[in-house]
Amino acid sequence: MALEEKYKALTDAATAAGITDLAVREQDGILYIDGTAADGATKDHLWEVYNQIDPNFTSGDLVLNVNVSIDAAVTHAKVVTQSSNLNIRKGPGTDQPIVGKAAHDEIITLVNRSNDLWWLVRTKDGEEGYCYAQYLEAQA
Amino acid sequence: MKTTKLFMSMVIAASLFFAGCSPKDADIQSAIQAKEAAGITVAVTKGEVTLTGEVVDDAAKVKAEEIAKAEKGAKSVVNNLTVKPADMPVVIAEDPILTKNVADATKDFPTVKADVKDGVVTLTGEINKASLITLMQHLSALKPKKIDNKLTVK
Repeated sequence: MALEEKYKALTDAATAAGITDLAVREQDGILYIDGTAADGATKDHLWEVYNQIDPNFTSGDLVLNVNVSIDAAVTHAKVVTQSSNLNIRKGPGTDQPIVGKAAHDEIITLVNRSNDLWWLVRTKDGEEGYCYAQYLEAQA
Repeated sequence: MKTTKLFMSMVIAASLFFAGCSPKDADIQSAIQAKEAAGITVAVTKGEVTLTGEVVDDAAKVKAEEIAKAEKGAKSVVNNLTVKPADMPVVIAEDPILTKNVADATKDFPTVKADVKDGVVTLTGEINKASLITLMQHLSALKPKKIDNKLTVK
């Protein structure tokens, strides 16, 4: 239970931030924290706390899997790449051919989110395909 | 008013009587508390024992109540213990799926090399500090067993 102690500030922050379905358990010397955050800022805050406890994440003793909850009614997402365009691909995977691109900060239509990692989207030009979900921010 | 005063004095007399004849609440409390498992809080009022806190399973809850009931001076036991919900099992992705997903996640980080073996993602190469959090966030969502970060942070 030493890991729970090491990352107590993080689990406390998760509780304080109202993370839902929070699960904290230790297995084979690694602590697994799962949960759902209300928004991206809450998730980023937890990662900052993690970075304070374990600078640059070098210990390899924690897997922090906090996703941002998305209302089922959400229909649009913003492209949140660092600066570049986001590839739209024929299928869910980087091995799939690129069928289009969405610009940085562009708002695109969500067609299907059944795959956690790759969302099916459509641009305003009518290009349809899969984008890497980590680079999309659901619009309320 | 007279009736109330009379009633009050009767209550005081009665409690003095009880206090004089049976073990004191504080003594019962400390005796039971010493026998109960960690995480259980024992409170005693006029011989009525209340148990609160969280235990690992139903058996522990029943046992805690039996311990309290067996104590001399314990008239009744209110068992308000809750059973800790079972933890969600840790899900770890199979290597073929993880390998594909890690390749997708690291594609935009050309200075990073990622290897997957038995669920462990080993990162080598270099990265700038701002990208590191993004990369770690992406990888942590893929249900790895462990992320072994050997990246040089620039």
